[in-house]
Amino acid sequence: MCLAIPALIKSIEGKEAEVEIGGITRRISLWLTPEAKVGDYVLLHTGYAISIIDQQEAEETLRLFAEIAEETR
Amino acid sequence: MRYITEFRNGASAKGLIARIAQTSKHPARFMEFCGGHTVAIFRYGIRQVLPKTIEMVSGPGCPVCVTATPDIDKAIALAQIPGVIITTFGDMLKVPGSRSSLQKARAGGADVRMVYSPLDALKIATENPEKSVVFLGIGFETTAPGVAASVLQAEEQNIRNYYVLSQHKLCPPVIRAILKAGEVKLDGLICPGHVSAITGSQAWEFIAKEFGIPCVVSGFEPLDILQCVAMLTAQVESDESKVEIAYRRGVTREGNAHALALMNKVFEPCPANWRGIGVIPGSGLKLRKQYKHHDAEVQFDIKVEPSIEPKGCLCGEVLRGVKTPLDCGLFRKFCTPESPVGPCMVSSEGSCSAYYLYGSELI
Repeated sequence: MCLAIPALIKSIEGKEAEVEIGGITRRISLWLTPEAKVGDYVLLHTGYAISIIDQQEAEETLRLFAEIAEETR
Repeated sequence: MRYITEFRNGASAKGLIARIAQTSKHPARFMEFCGGHTVAIFRYGIRQVLPKTIEMVSGPGCPVCVTATPDIDKAIALAQIPGVIITTFGDMLKVPGSRSSLQKARAGGADVRMVYSPLDALKIATENPEKSVVFLGIGFETTAPGVAASVLQAEEQNIRNYYVLSQHKLCPPVIRAILKAGEVKLDGLICPGHVSAITGSQAWEFIAKEFGIPCVVSGFEPLDILQCVAMLTAQVESDESKVEIAYRRGVTREGNAHALALMNKVFEPCPANWRGIGVIPGSGLKLRKQYKHHDAEVQFDIKVEPSIEPKGCLCGEVLRGVKTPLDCGLFRKFCTPESPVGPCMVSSEGSCSAYYLYGSELI
């Protein structure tokens, strides 16, 4: 039930945003993440963005995975 | 999709699996608290790729599953009151109460509607000013801030016919209760990713400190979970217990302070009844007095008969991690997703449902 999926913010109007999720557009609420900006990826849960995805951390994690894959080959 | 596909990469998965196999020397039992993790672990066959030294058990982190029968009866009773529209997440519809379910109540004429968001419930309230629209507040820290926001939005827009029946629950107190009971011995805890997005990883520090159990917050893609297991294994083998995050793109130590503030503005802690576990002080959320005009519990005279628990159902033991669905005499024979006896078979995140759908190799 705590499912949340990454959504890309395309535009913001007040406390609402239009987001894209795998080609689908939806209106969501930014009540819980008022600092979100256009171009941010957010975790979307029951119509609310619950956190902003840290894109740098994501890249770092993927880099770590690649290293481990290389080391254990 | 970005931030999903990359975290399902096969070569990286192989690397992480090899790393776990190299590191793991001693037997270790890890519990995934969250139902979302249970489903992901089954769907991606993660149990099957882990070394024999690692045992995985499922925990109570499914809000639908832990909703106690009297609370379901209350929602069904509320649906019978004339002029009330019940709005709920889909998973709650089929959960059997003592004598009925919300789905059966709907078939009998009650106005019960499935919604995706409390915002949909607010919209229904605006469109039906002559009706009382009740949202069933089910869910953990992930969900409660959004429901709190919907109450504040109702205040802002003066939507007077919007109510919440709060059955929200908090995760740290139930984990404490399970660990204190000591029925299940754990060597590591896979901490819930999206609860932690709100609470921050700091919410689990007491587990590492007081109980000496390694904790790692995980995301929901296969690489997230494998990385989490690798980190837990490393802690076990180096005899450490600390809180780490394997889901750094979504979770920080501090969490979402703004969402927590909204949740605490609208709700206050109260005792809550957990299926199979019992009443735990401070583990639920109720609306604060200043929002009582939106509190279904206060505004409606809900009459509920004493509840009856389904005979032979092991959901309670399964939720505590002391039994698996395979131990239950009803599983697959009398209890199926089409005709569920207990909530763990109803919810898409319930252990019984996961075993039923993906666990054929374990049977």
